[in-house]
Amino acid sequence: MGLIAGDVHEVPLVDDLKRTQIVQYAGASGDYNPLHTDEVFATQIAGYASVFAHGMLTMGMTGRAVTDMLGHDRLTSFGGRFTAQVWPGDALTARLTVDEARDDVVRVSVSTVNQDGVEVFAGYATARP
Amino acid sequence: MAFARAIGDASPVYYPSAGNEAPLAPPTFVQASAQWDEGYSLRPKIGEQWWGSGRTAGGAPPSATGGGGGTGLHAEQHYEYHRPLRVGDVLTSSVQPGRTWEKEGRRAGKLLFAETVTEYRDQSGELVVTARSVGVRTERPVQD
Repeated sequence: MGLIAGDVHEVPLVDDLKRTQIVQYAGASGDYNPLHTDEVFATQIAGYASVFAHGMLTMGMTGRAVTDMLGHDRLTSFGGRFTAQVWPGDALTARLTVDEARDDVVRVSVSTVNQDGVEVFAGYATARP
Repeated sequence: MAFARAIGDASPVYYPSAGNEAPLAPPTFVQASAQWDEGYSLRPKIGEQWWGSGRTAGGAPPSATGGGGGTGLHAEQHYEYHRPLRVGDVLTSSVQPGRTWEKEGRRAGKLLFAETVTEYRDQSGELVVTARSVGVRTERPVQD
């Protein structure tokens, strides 16, 4: 793959996330929690400022940056924590840093941030080179 | 394919075409296994009341605990891939509860964490993906 420890890739994931994409993800994943799809419920019942994205939509979008960098059939692990909510209108960027590039494994740190620089997903991925 | 569209991934490896009869699945695809889970609580069920808004703004879900809508949030997700997943694979999952722990949160009061480990095996019993999920129930809605 030609990756070297210390390489950093920044990948724009979405600009101005739309509520419709959140609904589209609800349909594709099967998670219809009204916190993500129902503005009236999310604001009036649950007490949030608006609906917000499924963590797994953020991780799914981040996964595109990961597989574009490491290969679509070579991943051995991908994981992380959801560290802040993602709201409609947000712009997300994934930052991938190669921590280790050996003959048998590549290890990458994954950090997805919003337009204010707040980290929304903090994770890692490994792949076979 | 619908899943790849929803996460905004246009990579041709995920879409069927001449020469790509068995497309790959995106790395977070097994999340869609909820579609086949008859007991899944976050999908409206035929003949049962749903707790989202309609004539009213909605209410608490049947299993409500804690604040912020009562359904809990997704705190962590980890996947181990044993081989790539392709269209045509038939997966069977087995779910094991994992650890549970408690923490005092700065933004949402008391936090109750619970881990779930799901193994996805293919038609020949071979392990394809191991998923470890951590859910959190919060005392209050998360404050930014």
